[in-house]
Parts: sequence; C-alpha cells; structure tokens
Amino acid sequence: MSLSTDLSQATPPNGKPGAGKAGVRKPGSGLAGDGSGATAPAPRRRTRQSRERLFQWLFLVPAVVYMALFFGYPVVKNVVMSFQDYTTATFFTGEAPWVGLANYAKVLSSSLFSTSLLNTALFTIGSIAGQFVIGLALAIFFQRKFPLNGILRSLLLLPWLLPLIVSSAVWRWILDKDSGALNRFLGDLHIVDTGVPWLTSTSLALIAVVGVNIWIGIPFNLTILYGGLQEIPDELYEAGSLDGATGWKAFRHITSPMLRPVVSVVLVLGVVYTLKVLDIILGLTNGGPANSTQTIATQSYALSFQEFKFGEGAALGNILVIISLVFAVLYLRASRRAVDE
Amino acid sequence: MLFPVYWMVNASLQPNGTTLETSWLPLKPDFTGYATAIREQGGNLGTSLVISLGSVALSLAIAAPAAYALAYFKVRGAGIVLFAILISQMIPGIVVANALYTAYNDLGLLNSIPGLILADSAHGIPFAILIIRAFMNGMPASVIEAARVDGAGHLRAFWSIVLPLSRNSLITAGLFTFLFAWSDFLFALTLTTTEAVRPVTLGIFQYIGAYVNDWSSVMATAVLASIPAIILLVAAQKYIAAGTAGGAVK
Repeated sequence: MSLSTDLSQATPPNGKPGAGKAGVRKPGSGLAGDGSGATAPAPRRRTRQSRERLFQWLFLVPAVVYMALFFGYPVVKNVVMSFQDYTTATFFTGEAPWVGLANYAKVLSSSLFSTSLLNTALFTIGSIAGQFVIGLALAIFFQRKFPLNGILRSLLLLPWLLPLIVSSAVWRWILDKDSGALNRFLGDLHIVDTGVPWLTSTSLALIAVVGVNIWIGIPFNLTILYGGLQEIPDELYEAGSLDGATGWKAFRHITSPMLRPVVSVVLVLGVVYTLKVLDIILGLTNGGPANSTQTIATQSYALSFQEFKFGEGAALGNILVIISLVFAVLYLRASRRAVDE
Repeated sequence: MLFPVYWMVNASLQPNGTTLETSWLPLKPDFTGYATAIREQGGNLGTSLVISLGSVALSLAIAAPAAYALAYFKVRGAGIVLFAILISQMIPGIVVANALYTAYNDLGLLNSIPGLILADSAHGIPFAILIIRAFMNGMPASVIEAARVDGAGHLRAFWSIVLPLSRNSLITAGLFTFLFAWSDFLFALTLTTTEAVRPVTLGIFQYIGAYVNDWSSVMATAVLASIPAIILLVAAQKYIAAGTAGGAVK
C-alpha cells in the first residue's frame, strides 16, 4: 500500500489558488504575498481543468457515498444508539430517550462482560497462535519442490473458501458427542470410552471452537506466509550456507528477519478479523453452553437481536470497535513499515 | 486438513435414517439427502444466487471507477479514501448490522433482496477497490494517454481501454465478491425476519439450530452451498492466489 507515494505525486494546479494541497506549491518559489494571480492559468484552461477534476471525482463519488452509508453511518448511528434507550418499543413509538452512559454502565457491570472479554481474548489469542504456527510450518514445508505441490497447496485453500456457516455445520457434527466422527475415531482407537462432549461441556466448548477457527484460518496464513517466503532471494540462503547457517540457524538469521513485515501484517489482520468472528461461534455453540463461548461480538448480537436491547448492543459493539481500533493503529503502522522496508 | 470436507461429502451421500453410525466410505451412494436439500433449500439457494450476482454487479460498478480514479488521477483526498477502506475492515459486522437494522426498518428494506445486495456489498466493495487498484497501478499510463490524445473522453478511455485491460483483476474481484455475498451469514441473520427472503446460509443455520436427526440432508445442503467455493478453486486458481495476496498485503 503506497499511500505516501500517491500523496507526494504533485497534483496539477487546479486553477483555484490557495486551495491546492500544501505540499504541491513549493515554499520559497519566489512568489510574494499569497501567490495568487502570478500563476493563475488562462480562464479557458481553468474551466477545462476544473471540468477534468469534476470528472475525476465523479468516478470516486459512488464509492465514497457507499462507504459513507455502509460504514460511516453505522458507526455514527451506533454511537448515538449507545446513549439511547433503544428497544423494540422505539420501532412503534419512534422514541428513544437519552440515557447518557447508562447502557455502558449496564453492559460493563454485567457479570457476563468479564466472561465474554476473557473468552474474546482466549479465542483470539488461541486462534491466532494456532493458525500462525501451523500456517508457517506448512508454508515452510511447501517451499520444497515435490510433485503435486501446487495442487495440494490450492486444495488446502478450501477450508478458507467455504462459507463459514457450512464449516460450522460440518464441524458441529464431527464434534457431536454421540454420533460425531471424532469421538468414533477416538473410540475405535480406545482412547476414550464414552463420547467426549466437545461442544456441550463448559470446559471444552471454547477449546473446540478455537480448534475449528484455527482450521479455518490456516489457509490464509499459509498463503500469505508462503508468498512472503517466496520473496526471500535464494542467494541469501546460499551465502548463509557458506557461513554455516543451515536449518534452524538459517531460519533464525535469514527467514525470520526477512519475513517480519509480512508476519506483522498477517498477525494484526488476523487479530482484527478474529475479534469480530460471529458465524463460527453462533453456528457451533450459539455462545453456550452457559455462556462458555460467549464473546463480545456474540454478546452484542444477542443483546441487539435476541433481547432487542439495541442501545446496549450498540454500546458493546462500540467497545469492540475501540478494541479493534487499537489493533487498527498497530496494523497501519505495521503495513506502512512493511512498505518502507 | 481436508477431512471435514471429505466428511461433508461422504455424509451427504449416506442414506437417511436414524442410524447413528455413518460409514467411513460412501460405498452405497444415496441421493435422498440431496432430494430433501433441494426440496427444502432449493429456493434459498436461488435467493443466494440472485443476491450474490447482484452484489457482484453492484460492487464492480462502484469499485472499478473508484479504483481507476485512485490509481490514475491522483485526486485530492485519494489518501483519505484508501485510509477509510482500511479502517472499514476493522468495523465489526455486528456494528453495521445493528445500525442497518433500524435504518432498513424505516426504509422498508428488511426482508428484501435489494437490501441484502446493498449490505452484502460491504464486504465486496472495499476489497474490489483494493484488488483492482493494485492491478491498475501496474498498467502502463501511456496506453491511456495515447487514447486521450486521440480524442477519447474519460468515459470512453475507461470503458474501452482500461476495463478490457483490467479484465483479470475484475474477474478476481468479481469472484471474491460473489463468494463474500454467497457466504454472508450475519446480514442474512439480522436483516431478514421472515421466510420471504432467506439465503441458504441462514437455511443451514436453522437446520443445525433445530435438533438435527437428518444429517445427510444438512450435509447435502452444505455441499450445495460449497459449490461456488469449489468452482472457484478448480476453475480460477490463479485468480485466487492473486486475490488472497492482493487483498491482504497490497
């Protein structure tokens, strides 16, 4: 993402002195005063150029309008709603009285909040760690040349391309206590005697959900990390092997530093996406049993769309946005550094 | 890694019934699961198809010109637009759904196909802009300049030069946009309240939400819902690689 290069390219003067970007006009270029007049283009050129500019904007306008309506508006609306007593009644009466911070107070003080905050943290950290480690191992594995390498690699993309709710449905059955394939497999091997209640036990459900989410995220990590590995020039490894750096040493001193920009992008993107995961948890456990897989995202959904407390749902949603924003800042810094390096 | 996918296909070919034991191999393929799936979910599959195609059309119509503008014109504010796209990726879907529900309620867009097309494009449009722009950045400017010198207007140059040249990136973006809309669950869940308009993802969710005693029909539906992903994988491998890499890093 080359934000900075785009901006530094001088925009042509647009015929409106003083309105141009600060960086366009070179300071100290010999113009006295405000500089208007001296460089003003002829009127005809001016209209042509502003028409040109108008045209350029017209290409962007639909996208800007869409982004404003489907991202900007929801964020603003959520902030407003979070200060209102916004319930089903609002849809009939049209009234949503202001309640200040009451929604936040209610949400934060509920005993469920600490549970879902902890679950969100465990779900995110567990998923990211698993996806990343396995994805990296597979990426390194696929660096060797062997027959069927390419086909196998793209087949492994399948878990990532399937609709999440499809994966949930399949896993829900595989993990089923009585008829699930996993328990049958473990039973056949005599590892367990009775069915393990993967999704219905409060102590196992979160682990199971994390496991499924790892499965879903591996292909993404694999693909991006594999791409990153391909970018590392072979000469580095050749030079390294002359100095005796092979195997683990080569990984530590060549692969790992060269891969760092890609890694930071993968990790932060992963965190941001995992924080808002909803499909998988709703499909597998619906947040249960006894809220043991409830995260901030699923709880926000439950508040808004099951209990119809839209104000509280919005408040919780905003808390999630703030957490994501922290990582968004990290992401932007990471991706900028990735470009600079 | 691929066992769950195998299990889904295997189970979808098993005979219906109350047997708890599903055999490890579909030695006697049975298609009653598919018959049930098509009978009960066929309409939902159609709904998903219409919504996904609509979302592709809308996303490309909005994203392609925007990508062109961002790649070529060096418009003032281009940086802000790109920044907004990046930030938009951080906004949880539930926040969007929460606000859209109330707005859709006022506008009468709940339970409507246009409503879902508009909402589902929220995944596709930012992604398509990034993919297409990344491609257009690499396109030689001289081609467009030549067309402009020959007297082609902006629209004409865009339509008959830029778009044909960007075909591959348009296909990549279109395929992913289709998949995003097809896979959407959250908006289907929150923005529909009746059975009038019901994408297949929601159909599956309701299958597994109820006590399931007919896994072969559920798995048959799951297989049918996976067809776009499988087609994408088989027919368009190079586009996927481009999309995965392009969407994340570029």
